[in-house]
Amino acid sequence: MTLTMTDITIEFPGVKALDRACFNTRPGIAHALIGANGAGKSTLMKVLSGAYTHYTGRITINGNEVTIRSPKDARNLGIQIVYQEVDTALIPYLTVAENIMLNEFVANTDKKTLVDWKTIHTKAKDILRDLNVQLSSRTLVSDLTLAEKQMVLIARAVSTDCSYLILDEPTAPLSFSETEQLFRVVNDLKKKQVGVVFISHRLPELFDICEQITVMRNGEFVIQEAIPDTSIARVVEQMLGEPLEEQFPSRTSTPKDVRLQVEHLADGDKVKDVTLNVRAGEIIGIAGLVGAGKTELCKLLFGATSKKSGRVAIDGKEITLKTPSDAVRRRIAFVPEERRKEGVLVEESVVTNLTAASVNNFLKVFSFLDFKKERSKAGEMINALGIKTPTADTLVQNLSGGNQQKVAIGKWLVSDADIYIFDEPTKGVDVGAKKDIFDLVSALAEKGKSVIYASCELAEVKGISDRIYVLYDGQITKELSASSTNEEELLYLSTGGK
Amino acid sequence: MAQTNTETTKPQFDIFNFLYKYGTIILIFVLIIVFASANPAFLQTNNIISILRSISIVTIIAIGITISLSVGGFDLSVGSVASLANAIVISMFVWYGQPTLIALVAAFTAALLVGLFNAFMIVKVKIPDLLLTLAVMFIIQGVALTYTRGATISQNMIMSDGSYATGQISPIFAKLGQVPYIIIIMLVAVVVVHIFLTYTKHGRYMYVIGGNEEAARLSGIPVNKYKVVAYLMSAFFAALGGIVLASRVMTAEINAGGPYLMDAVAAAFIGFAVLGAGKPNAFGTFIGAVLIGILANGLVMMSVPYYAMDIVKGTVLALALAVTYYKLK
Repeated sequence: MTLTMTDITIEFPGVKALDRACFNTRPGIAHALIGANGAGKSTLMKVLSGAYTHYTGRITINGNEVTIRSPKDARNLGIQIVYQEVDTALIPYLTVAENIMLNEFVANTDKKTLVDWKTIHTKAKDILRDLNVQLSSRTLVSDLTLAEKQMVLIARAVSTDCSYLILDEPTAPLSFSETEQLFRVVNDLKKKQVGVVFISHRLPELFDICEQITVMRNGEFVIQEAIPDTSIARVVEQMLGEPLEEQFPSRTSTPKDVRLQVEHLADGDKVKDVTLNVRAGEIIGIAGLVGAGKTELCKLLFGATSKKSGRVAIDGKEITLKTPSDAVRRRIAFVPEERRKEGVLVEESVVTNLTAASVNNFLKVFSFLDFKKERSKAGEMINALGIKTPTADTLVQNLSGGNQQKVAIGKWLVSDADIYIFDEPTKGVDVGAKKDIFDLVSALAEKGKSVIYASCELAEVKGISDRIYVLYDGQITKELSASSTNEEELLYLSTGGK
Repeated sequence: MAQTNTETTKPQFDIFNFLYKYGTIILIFVLIIVFASANPAFLQTNNIISILRSISIVTIIAIGITISLSVGGFDLSVGSVASLANAIVISMFVWYGQPTLIALVAAFTAALLVGLFNAFMIVKVKIPDLLLTLAVMFIIQGVALTYTRGATISQNMIMSDGSYATGQISPIFAKLGQVPYIIIIMLVAVVVVHIFLTYTKHGRYMYVIGGNEEAARLSGIPVNKYKVVAYLMSAFFAALGGIVLASRVMTAEINAGGPYLMDAVAAAFIGFAVLGAGKPNAFGTFIGAVLIGILANGLVMMSVPYYAMDIVKGTVLALALAVTYYKLK
């Protein structure tokens, strides 16, 4: 009973997400699937689980060719998937038992009108016992922890016929002990001849739990190896391949005094222990993969969430940031990752967006707005940043991703801050705009600003920064000089290597 | 590419967009022509003043709703707050024989306390505004009823001990609800709020918060502060509406402000589309109220019974919402 996927190709408008990708696995083992961001591993598994209908290629189970064009097809073949965002698949105000039995519920209630609660709870309890999970079937799902919710989903997956179980980044939100518990369940499933596919960014744990590993890059298959025959360093090398050369501007200025000093900062959740400093005229990179706590750290530094412990000082003076408006008053600027949700006001004009963080500079008496001044400043910024927009009054929702990002950054150039925090500034941005953004960031440092550049694009972090802090599981695990490291080392450290 | 885009789209005449922007105003003119040809008395100065007078309370209350809508909220408690302000201001005169100033201050203070409670529960406890203000609508309706002991307050009313109430409503106060003052108060409210929302920093902030609260917060805008201000202003205008109503009828009827809620909501939502604003705005709200007022007045003149009026108003609201949401689609 083996599963093979051959020559799987899938295209989305403008991108070839998978290009003749291959994947083979068999029951009774855990198979790691790994690749950098955008390598196509999640897409490949979505194809296998029936989330996409328009792929080309062959999928066989036990040598028989199968077609998977809907999640139902996949389920009928015994292929189950547990996505990282567990909440999207659960119904919070129903009990654990109802959530576990949901599929059966929907499939089998056509004949009967009444719900047989007793059977549902007995069956759910049996499944939980089989999995060795201590969880009452009558608890409401909304009262569960993230790890427990994951268990409910795994229980649902195995409640029906399950020969292959795909876990998409299951450990990213879990604590150490919760991860242990998950691994125990995975090992049990292996004994029951379930084939587990494990997607993760954390290399060490893949080496703990998996027998086989498949590496992907740019939508293509790279290599499949048995875990005992390879090493973390080798896998990292295969993930990167030939690094793409990006154009990073060179800078002549040298960093001056320390401006921002952060010691043992924690938010009681994702950010566990962060110590770093940024000088005037310096760009520091925060290198971390998805789930490492980058966004949480950036928001914490900007006062958007509150700190639990630790100390933040600007120019040697300790400060407390309660809200983002405190941060703005301390001349801190933040360009968030979720551009459309947090960075720009899509229903407002380019002008309104550009001046949103600094309306106070465009006032006449009694808080009346000075539209003329506002407009001329916005025009200046549109030219300086090369924002492609028909007019300054165009709504931002009509601009391309890269131009929206320029607006999101421009907002903070109009307001003129001292410390700039960028969270994944090049996400969803085309190559040309990317280059413009690098130039902008670099020009800020040239002008003596302090820049924090957080990204999971490690090549970018290395290219743009002076110094790099590696963030892993909410902690700064290493500080490096950008000139003395390489992408490989960064990836190795970011995946938990020591 | 962007430039060719504008060149090709400019000459095109988009009928939907045109109707979206000017539809309400065109509809008002069409109605005026229809009603005037059916009954020439419709265009007489007296009738026009009567229409303006009839919409003034709705408009004032709707202005409050407009402000709560501008921060992305919704205040359903305005009708009850108007009732409460009405009851308090009349009782201050009739029961307690207080001067005008004290009566007004008492009514506004009570309303602002309700606004503060709304703001606290929405901003700090994070109850969705629609649900919270629905609850507060009931609470305040009950508070107003309890305060008046379920009775209408009027001059020379019989008190519970059998004596007659001796307090008189001051003549100055009685002027507020009369033409021209009632219309002037409405117009001043519309103009002031329009200027506030469109030409000041605070208005800009409110719209930005209403457009995307998280992006506003991450731009350093004190979101909570402005939401509190919005609910206070909403309560203030509701109270003003209730006070003007008190002056116009010179009594405090049971739940007198309640019926104004739905008209005010309709006016505010009709206002979204006026001149293509696409967001809550004071001028549009006024136009919305004018539309409703003309419809009501004209239909009464054409002998449509008053009890069928809600069918018309509801239909207009549904149409306005249809246009707004179709546009967003």
